[in-house]
Amino acid sequence: MNEVKSGGRSDLIPTIKFRHCSLLRNRRCAVAYLYDRLLRIRALRWEYGSVLPNALRFHMSAEEVEWFNHYKKSLATYMRSLGGDEGLDITQDMKPPKSLYIEVRCLKDYGEFEVDDGTSVLLKKNSQHFLPRWKCEQLVRQGVLEHVLS
Amino acid sequence: MTEELDHTGQDSDADSEEVVLTPAELIEKLEQAWMNEKFAPELLESKSEIVECVMEQLDHMEENLRRAKKGDLKVSIHRMEMERIRYVLSSYLRCRLMKIEKFFPHILEKEKTSGEGELSSLSPEELVFAKQYMANTETYLKNVALKHMPPNLQVVDLLRSAVPKPDLDSYVFLRVKERQENILVEPETDEQRDYVIDLEEGSQHLIRYKTIAPLVASGAVQLI
Repeated sequence: MNEVKSGGRSDLIPTIKFRHCSLLRNRRCAVAYLYDRLLRIRALRWEYGSVLPNALRFHMSAEEVEWFNHYKKSLATYMRSLGGDEGLDITQDMKPPKSLYIEVRCLKDYGEFEVDDGTSVLLKKNSQHFLPRWKCEQLVRQGVLEHVLS
Repeated sequence: MTEELDHTGQDSDADSEEVVLTPAELIEKLEQAWMNEKFAPELLESKSEIVECVMEQLDHMEENLRRAKKGDLKVSIHRMEMERIRYVLSSYLRCRLMKIEKFFPHILEKEKTSGEGELSSLSPEELVFAKQYMANTETYLKNVALKHMPPNLQVVDLLRSAVPKPDLDSYVFLRVKERQENILVEPETDEQRDYVIDLEEGSQHLIRYKTIAPLVASGAVQLI
């Protein structure tokens, strides 16, 4: 721009301004798209937990996977620092608790699952169990168990 | 419910005074902080002392329950109480994290420019998290898009362009806890003029957040 002004070619100024505006607009669109994708990936961490299903991972670029890993790490550091020895996992307890134990049905074969007092439960497909709510929450979110409401 | 516990009184490390709160009062403070945080459009002051005390409280309750005999009805009631408290605490912290992530350039800018005596709206851990989030996002954008762009466009000013500011003009419901006088309400449109209102104790209002922001910070009103 300065060269144009000093060189006397001031009739080019509108063209340059126009080009600059369109570059800015293009950059704004690109950054908006990328940032929106980042926000969705962030939502995935809160929905699916630390390990993403493979189908989703194929849709993410390498840099997005790296961003996700960094985000996971800083979130984990924050949660661990929350007080007490182990910190508080705030990705649990997403909804207010209605009861201590819930009825769940198993959707996939999961294997042995240990409950509080040491007894373990075999989670086979279509088996139903009455388990403590906070132990099952993670598995319900992953789709292994289904909360039976009737 | 929590008054039935064996121990009472928690020292909360608030500022310079040692305030002894009963567990019931502590939970009430947590719930107030939770509701305020949920309904306020911007990030409020960090109440880390409440968080710490509640975590200690939960640990104590857990230990008590482990020592109690099984099958007692009180055990399940106390467990339910613990789960509820844990939910409120998690929800409070999640709400704060979401706001930090949503407004991160503005919050970090405010931290940088705030003076020594002013209370921070971020706990030290939250500050670390916010800085890491910012660095992470900037690195990502730079590597994916910006390094391929012409040199004078390579820096995106996140503070001004990319991330929106918190909307302080949004309306909030509030209940007045302490009587306030002479609150200046600025006009929304140009035709109206400033006027002054008094807030009676116990009354409820719907008002722009900006007008009562300092009152929320001091605890004189409660957002509902």
